[in-house]
Amino acid sequence: MIEFLKQPWAWYVAGPLIGLMVPALLLLGNKMLGVSSSLRHVCAACVPAKIPFFHYDWKKEAWNLFFVAGIVAGGAIVAVFLDNPNPIAINPQLVTELNQYGLSEPHSLMPEELFNWQQLFTAKGLFFIVFGGLLVGFGTRYAGGCTSGHSIMGLSNLQLPSLIATISFMVGGFIMANLILPYILNW
Amino acid sequence: MPTTNKKKHSVNTDFEVRSLDIAEPKISKESFLSYAKYLLMGIIFGIVLVKSEVISWYRIQEMFRLQSFHMYGVMGSAVVTGIISIWLIKKFNINTIYGKPVVIPAKKFSKGQIYGGLIFGFGWALTGACPGPLYALIGSGFSIIIITLLSALAGTWLYGYFKERLPH
Repeated sequence: MIEFLKQPWAWYVAGPLIGLMVPALLLLGNKMLGVSSSLRHVCAACVPAKIPFFHYDWKKEAWNLFFVAGIVAGGAIVAVFLDNPNPIAINPQLVTELNQYGLSEPHSLMPEELFNWQQLFTAKGLFFIVFGGLLVGFGTRYAGGCTSGHSIMGLSNLQLPSLIATISFMVGGFIMANLILPYILNW
Repeated sequence: MPTTNKKKHSVNTDFEVRSLDIAEPKISKESFLSYAKYLLMGIIFGIVLVKSEVISWYRIQEMFRLQSFHMYGVMGSAVVTGIISIWLIKKFNINTIYGKPVVIPAKKFSKGQIYGGLIFGFGWALTGACPGPLYALIGSGFSIIIITLLSALAGTWLYGYFKERLPH
């Protein structure tokens, strides 16, 4: 059983499980799936400054902070008990393309040549690790949600604004991955 | 009358802070135990995110190059499951475990969904992670992602700081 669970899970197993988070959170207490809002709550709790956007009773949203703490714990549980012993299997075309930029074949979920503490002190590393993170935080709040809040929760509730946001996420991702990333990786 | 020039400040474009959207009758004080169920949901969510490899930078690159169906399969089947679930909840008026009706506030269109969406899309392709995966990656032992999460917090704070000057 454990050996079976250690393999990567197929999309038709993982997708419905992720989708079931929507009714589970609604029925457990009228909560809407959404992860990026936790970033706003942390700002509201720790550094609200004089910004009206961060002046609200974040304690009423504390469930969300428990939820994201759970995600961290879930990641740790997999690392300890359910880690896939084999390297991630990706499309050979992508391996070839990444080789051109000097990235070797993947052996874990992240390209550790790009995301490591030494890289943080290089221009390329700063761009991926810090600037990328800034864009994620700024963009998700500007859009009013991320992949979970808009693309899963919002689409599940047939919200047109969430469809617009999801299409924008994808367009932004396609532009970055295909038109800009190759230049940055060649630095 | 003097309220008119304050109008711009009260525009709500973020519908993820429920207490700002819905004036719910005072929820009975939530104990640590009642929060534990959200912790448990987070744990399950985190395990699925890692085991399905959707937190992988490589999977995100494949998705944006149309080199794999995996991400589309995960997101598509998640949405279909969610749509059916909400439809069932509404059709049969299923209440929460506390016997309260399920209420989901409607979202309103704002241009932020386009501008912010594009900006997030850029960040998603760079970091290979949206906010959920950032937390899951940290749990999986990629300690450097703590810096990415802190940067995302800074990005959120900057958005709050500049919000009134941005087109919405």
